[in-house]
Amino acid sequence: MAVAADKLDPLSGRKDLVEGHPTFHDVTEAVCAPIESPSWRWWVAFLMSLSVLGILGIALAYLFYEGVGIWGLNNPVDWGYAIVNFVFWVGIGHAGTLISAVLFLFRQKWRTSINRASEAMTIFAVICALMFPLVHTGRPWLAAYWLLPLPNQMDIWPNFRSPLLWDVFAVSTYFTVSLLFWYVGLIPDLATMRDRAKTKTRRIAYGIFSLGWRGSNRHWQHYEKAYLILAGLATPLVLSVHTIVSFDFAVSQLPGWHTTIFPPYFVAGAIFSGFAMVLTLMLPLRSWFGLKHIITVKHLENMAKVILLTGTLVGYAYAMEFFIAWYSGNPYESYAFANRLFGDYWWAYWTMVSCNVLSPQVFWFKKARRSVLVLFIVSIFVNIGMWFERFVITVTSLHHDFLPSSWDYYSPTIWDAATLLGSFGLFFTLFCLFVRYLPSIAIAEVKSVMPEADPHHGDDHE
Amino acid sequence: MPAIFPRWTNKIPLAIAVLGPLVGAGVIFGVWYYWSPEFTDVGYRPEQPVSFSHKLHAGDMGLDCRYCHNTVEVAAKAAIPPTQTCMNCHSLVKTDSPKLKKVRDSYESGKPIPWVRVHQLPDYAFFDHRPHLAAGVGCSTCHGRIDQMTVVQMDQPLSMGWCLDCHRDPDNNLRPLDRITDMNWDPHSEEALAYNPNEDPERKRKVVPPEHCSGCHR
Repeated sequence: MAVAADKLDPLSGRKDLVEGHPTFHDVTEAVCAPIESPSWRWWVAFLMSLSVLGILGIALAYLFYEGVGIWGLNNPVDWGYAIVNFVFWVGIGHAGTLISAVLFLFRQKWRTSINRASEAMTIFAVICALMFPLVHTGRPWLAAYWLLPLPNQMDIWPNFRSPLLWDVFAVSTYFTVSLLFWYVGLIPDLATMRDRAKTKTRRIAYGIFSLGWRGSNRHWQHYEKAYLILAGLATPLVLSVHTIVSFDFAVSQLPGWHTTIFPPYFVAGAIFSGFAMVLTLMLPLRSWFGLKHIITVKHLENMAKVILLTGTLVGYAYAMEFFIAWYSGNPYESYAFANRLFGDYWWAYWTMVSCNVLSPQVFWFKKARRSVLVLFIVSIFVNIGMWFERFVITVTSLHHDFLPSSWDYYSPTIWDAATLLGSFGLFFTLFCLFVRYLPSIAIAEVKSVMPEADPHHGDDHE
Repeated sequence: MPAIFPRWTNKIPLAIAVLGPLVGAGVIFGVWYYWSPEFTDVGYRPEQPVSFSHKLHAGDMGLDCRYCHNTVEVAAKAAIPPTQTCMNCHSLVKTDSPKLKKVRDSYESGKPIPWVRVHQLPDYAFFDHRPHLAAGVGCSTCHGRIDQMTVVQMDQPLSMGWCLDCHRDPDNNLRPLDRITDMNWDPHSEEALAYNPNEDPERKRKVVPPEHCSGCHR
């Protein structure tokens, strides 16, 4: 069966990571082109994102004016869209860290084409996520002492036994390390941008952030060391951050939440949703900005494989939750899961299962893994499914808890929806600004995996 | 290529690394200290429409607090006395004093004197005088030496941390139940130090002040 095969490097026998044998200079030109002469497509994407960001502005302004009463929260369901969106966005970030840190430590060279944009995605997703703890009370100016242990005359101190506080530390550490890692990786490329700058503003702006990089041997040595250390620091975060996010649920004694499978299940889900979002972003990026020879079909195929793996892991976790609910013999636990399948929110549960477990199964087929259209559609399905996963976990366990007298149905309001939609506006606006002003592919790193970087490149002898 | 930035700019990262944490710590300290009621509210002394002197009435003449603030033991608020209370005496005493003109006008017209409130808690804090007095917290513990004030001012911050200090360890601020309005009670006196509220036969129940959120935020 001859499904479009990749060309193999005659020496290493591996697939070419950059197609069409461009020179180093061609790569620089290709990556810098969208920054130096943006296409009309960028303006369309940017203005659309900006208008959605405007919706967020309106939703938040009304929230701050009126308070959380504008949301659909009710008495049993006192955690609604705010935490659902928070967990969704934190999860998205994990793929970026996995690509940039874990694949780096495992010497997966294909990461070089996608790590920069994935890390940017991580940072913007974590910004979106961090927004929700700040605004979820409707009174963000008080968040400083609610979230952080700061001395104050009220003697208010966060509860160190609460996973919500662990979350504050986990996510802020994650944000700091991700930002540093991304920034350190950017320095050589920022210097390239500085040296190519045609206007004074650009020269100064890129000049400040490239920290005087001249590309000397000494610079590279320090750079490589710093990068390795940061990769080492970021790697445990891939596992720890979503583990702690899952503790928000798992540590409380509510049927459907109080399960030991939550940490690995959440981490798998996070990587799953993150890779879907990477695809959602990369597919238009590579096609609109003429980067198909750098982000090749091989890269897409690899990501599809990760999605298949993690989607199946998530499916296993769903099944295991049901097994344990039955095996435990706990009537409350069994009820919580029966209620997910056939209760008031059956539609959310089945949306989640179809999107997360069924849709990635098409990636067993090589043709599907290499089809841009299929990849894009599945990536959207996975994004939807993973949002619904958090919705199902949060709402179904809360709306029918131990006391039938307090059961209620939760329905979001227009303001809940506007905040969710608006967070996408924030995310895509930041991402648009990123591709407009920063090299969306790590130029220096891509060059290092091209055949020309091999010291024996061009040698005639064996 | 010529250098874009002058040489001194190399020191900027170092300056940020050193000054950043210092400025951050300074801001936290500044907010903690200068933005607290202990700094902003203590000493608040608004001008009152009538220059009523607590020093004269409660101090020199020894009127009991409860003569005017008569609801303090039975209600959440210690009443601000109506003009009629003033006129109990002043229909006979100093009937011509120009300083009391507003009081007489108020009495005749029936319009209350617009006293300016000195001790104001936020709406979300439910404070009730009754259990505090029943527990033996004296007037002067929170309001200071009113009997020495010509114009009343805030003596204590009334901040949450200040409330909690006492709620967590009330014993030193409790006194025998018949000494509540005693302005001369000194919490550091031998008598005060020797007093143990848990062994006072006059008390019907142990003092257990709430420390949970809904104790005050209902």
